[in-house]
Amino acid sequence: MKSFLDDWGLTLATFIPLVGVAIMLLVPKAEEQLHKIIALLTTFAVAGMGVLLLTNFDYDRAGELQYSINRSWIPFINARYHMGLDGISLPLVALTMLVVPLCIIYSWNHFPEPQNPKAFLILILILETGMVGSFLAEDLILFFVFFEVVLLPMYFLIGVWGGEQRQYASIKFFLYTLFGSALMIVSFLALYFLSDKVMIDGVSVHTFDMTLLPAAASGISTSAALLIFGGMFMGFGIKVPIFPFHTWLPDAHTQAPTVGSVILAAVLLKLGTYGFVRIALPILPGAARSWAPYIGALAVIGIIYGALCCLAQTDMKRLIAFSSVAHMGYVMLGIASLTAFGINAAIFGMVAHGLITGMLFFVAGTVKERYHTLDIKRLGGMLQSMPHLGWILGLCTMASLGLPGLAGFWGEFPAILSAWEANVANVGLFRFYMVIAAIGTVLAAGYLLWLYQRTAFGTPSDEFADDPHLHDVSVLEWVAWLPMLAGIVILGFVPNIIFHVTDPAVIRTVMTSLNRAGG
Amino acid sequence: MLAQFDSTWVQPTFDYHAFAPEIVLVCVLVVMILVDLFAPREAKGALPSLAGLGLLAAAIPVITLAVSGHTRVLFGGAYVVDQFTLVLTAVFLVTGYVVVLLSTNTIAEGDYWEGEYYILILSSVLGMMIMASARDLIGIFIALELLSIPAYMLAAWKKRDLKGNEAGIKYYLMGVFASAVMLYGMSLIYGFTGTTKLVEIGAKLGQPLGDGRQLVTLGIVFVLIGFGFKVSAVPFHSWAPDTYEGAPTPVTAFLATASKAAGFVALLELIFVAFYPRADVYEPLMWALAAATMTIGNLIALRQTNLVRMLAYSGIAQAGYILAPFAVAGTSASVGQTAIKAIVTYLVIYVVMNLGAFAVVIAVARKTRSAEITSFAGLFQYAPGLTVAMSIFMFSLAGIPPLGGWFAKLVIFGSLASAGTTSGYVLAVLVAVNSVIAFFYYARVMRYMWMEEAPDGDRTPIRIPASLQIALVLTVGVTLIYGVFPGLVAHFTDTVSLLSLGR
Repeated sequence: MKSFLDDWGLTLATFIPLVGVAIMLLVPKAEEQLHKIIALLTTFAVAGMGVLLLTNFDYDRAGELQYSINRSWIPFINARYHMGLDGISLPLVALTMLVVPLCIIYSWNHFPEPQNPKAFLILILILETGMVGSFLAEDLILFFVFFEVVLLPMYFLIGVWGGEQRQYASIKFFLYTLFGSALMIVSFLALYFLSDKVMIDGVSVHTFDMTLLPAAASGISTSAALLIFGGMFMGFGIKVPIFPFHTWLPDAHTQAPTVGSVILAAVLLKLGTYGFVRIALPILPGAARSWAPYIGALAVIGIIYGALCCLAQTDMKRLIAFSSVAHMGYVMLGIASLTAFGINAAIFGMVAHGLITGMLFFVAGTVKERYHTLDIKRLGGMLQSMPHLGWILGLCTMASLGLPGLAGFWGEFPAILSAWEANVANVGLFRFYMVIAAIGTVLAAGYLLWLYQRTAFGTPSDEFADDPHLHDVSVLEWVAWLPMLAGIVILGFVPNIIFHVTDPAVIRTVMTSLNRAGG
Repeated sequence: MLAQFDSTWVQPTFDYHAFAPEIVLVCVLVVMILVDLFAPREAKGALPSLAGLGLLAAAIPVITLAVSGHTRVLFGGAYVVDQFTLVLTAVFLVTGYVVVLLSTNTIAEGDYWEGEYYILILSSVLGMMIMASARDLIGIFIALELLSIPAYMLAAWKKRDLKGNEAGIKYYLMGVFASAVMLYGMSLIYGFTGTTKLVEIGAKLGQPLGDGRQLVTLGIVFVLIGFGFKVSAVPFHSWAPDTYEGAPTPVTAFLATASKAAGFVALLELIFVAFYPRADVYEPLMWALAAATMTIGNLIALRQTNLVRMLAYSGIAQAGYILAPFAVAGTSASVGQTAIKAIVTYLVIYVVMNLGAFAVVIAVARKTRSAEITSFAGLFQYAPGLTVAMSIFMFSLAGIPPLGGWFAKLVIFGSLASAGTTSGYVLAVLVAVNSVIAFFYYARVMRYMWMEEAPDGDRTPIRIPASLQIALVLTVGVTLIYGVFPGLVAHFTDTVSLLSLGR
């Protein structure tokens, strides 16, 4: 079993969805039920693969890459098919594999207009390949390919199945990300040519290998490294999104179909932060030190700005979207602190935000479906008309504002704390950031509780008083949501599930590199 | 100067194997002319098939030459058959074949002369093949005229159509003007170096030039500008959109792919074999041309409402990307080598994805009789296969993985970065920014196909004739395979080299 997983595990985990796509392409469009079943089984197969990988993972060596596969791919430019799973990738891969099947279950009976489950599900499956592949890739070019593969399906999900302003939102989403990734690829190539040559198969060549580059790139001059980091910052930062590149996010989230928003929030945004942790920091630690104060500043601006925007929103989905900006600010602050503590918190924050905000978007989608509006003013009394949904929303808002005992806390609190002892020259500056970030939590509590109060408390307004569409959470929705709700609670009580996996990997991959670069 | 004519005539050794592709194609041409002249009217329907098979037959000796492997130098270096020649000859033949596939139904069903059409296509392809082998100023000029003159006629093939006539006359006048400029440049270079062979020119230009410096500079600039017209580089691009729009769409496909590629082949030969030592002249010129071409091409493409015109401007922008590696080519021999590979790789992929895009335009126009972007509205509802194919080509042109175009872009970035100079990096960033601009208009096509309603709710499916289906399957397949396993195309272009000859 172990040797099978070593050879094939990651490849299968990444490409099984494409097998499903191939089968679905052969089935006529009218067989809707069959398409749903094939898609669901495919994602179950991926999840099953994930379970196998997780159970056979050697947790004592979580810092090392396991199941690595390293084959020649494009010899022309020495890009290799190098994949591996370590403690940094593992939680995110698991999150992806969990969220995608749940999304398919959720959409089972309510596909957004214009229906067409075949195309919709094919896109979701391609998306899964891109997301899993990005988290597993250990070669910059391979990572870039997967990173971009994610764009296409999401563009169509928003553009075809989205809301009123879907065309505007989808193109904005695509252009922003493309701009970042175009600069990112230039950075990757600069890195390739400026770094030292390494020995591969007995030949001295330049490399795109993420495991070799931290050593090979140490000789790059400071000024070049700063610029290269800048290019990566654009690529990853737009994806996160960091203030001031966040403006695509509210539009994309608001216009995307429910499932699109969930995947966008739960997984896609993490590609950016993951890129910082996996690529930018370890390979260019010196430049990271110089950039950290600016990234930290943008992170805290994002926290406050996102929170203030949330307070001004009248649309529930848009409010949740802006809360993403704020939450990703905490993640970025943790990363910018350049401490093991902060980066661990950041990874935890990514998973927690994925579960919590993903759930919030599910709830928002359901609210939209029942009420046909997301206007906060018109909602109200959800606890009376749909008590289960009301309580779920309550749990998620509490988790989102960082209540101890729920997952959100462990992403937010340590990230703030890490800024106290930031691993940078100007410690005082980060302590200042810490204070601002702490104020941000108060604002977060403010906008989330206010949202909850306006939507759940009180009595339903007259227009919805006897609305027959307001039926409580359905069985399918329970099935789709329970795993995520359970995750929020369990991670809240036993955060060590994630920390003990990520910590060795963070120390091995990121911290050794950062420490070598001197402090 | 006259001394060289005194030497006694020596019979050159003639390598028939090296000439086999050209000979096969010439034979097919002759047969086609005879068939067109003497065969009964019913038999003329076989002409497209004959042309297609002839092109494929000419590809067979290309394969045997590739297997035999070694470089064949003929006529004292004026005509060379090496890896570079073979890769590009194959590209031209396959492009010609796909163009014949695209033409079959369009030309048969429209009000066109049919026999002459295919004969002219084949003549033009013959010119391109000679271009791929020529290493001599005169050879390059003859190849250029052989490929251009049939193209002028083809551009005006819509006989009674005003736009068609405009297309032909514009293309012809601009082309002749460019030829004149180029010939003048060539005469200056010949005057200074006393030779027309590129290798010898390269050797002469590598030595101190003394007083001839300005003269040579002028000559190089004129020659490069002449080809700037051919590859529709800004500011010599103005003929392209009108010609593309007025010509029959299969001809447009031919002009936008094969003809443009031939221009780049000539540039490659001239710069890397003959002008290589004069990096101080061609690098800044190419930098400016590349930057202007991609930026202006993209900005104008943004405003197009006609898909063929949009593809014309997108082709101009793409030409800018292809020109970019020339701007750093002279940094060092290894950078030059990377630049050659990058350009050839880009050409191969560019030709395939562009042909595919035109194939879809032709297929859709069979129903809508229009190439307006709005006529693609709602395509997904009644022709999902064509929609997916077009999306693949558009995304590929935009350079999004995992479709062929991304690798082409990557090698361009790679060659620019390999120079390690500021100007190289600035140009790379410019290419990056342009890629984003370009995506906007490619996405507009996507938006109409996927996100708009069909005009008048007309959802009758499109019947695609067999020849178009073959063309689509070929181009989609190649675009996808290149994207996922770029090693395959790199395998062919990896051995391509011109520099060794210039040293």
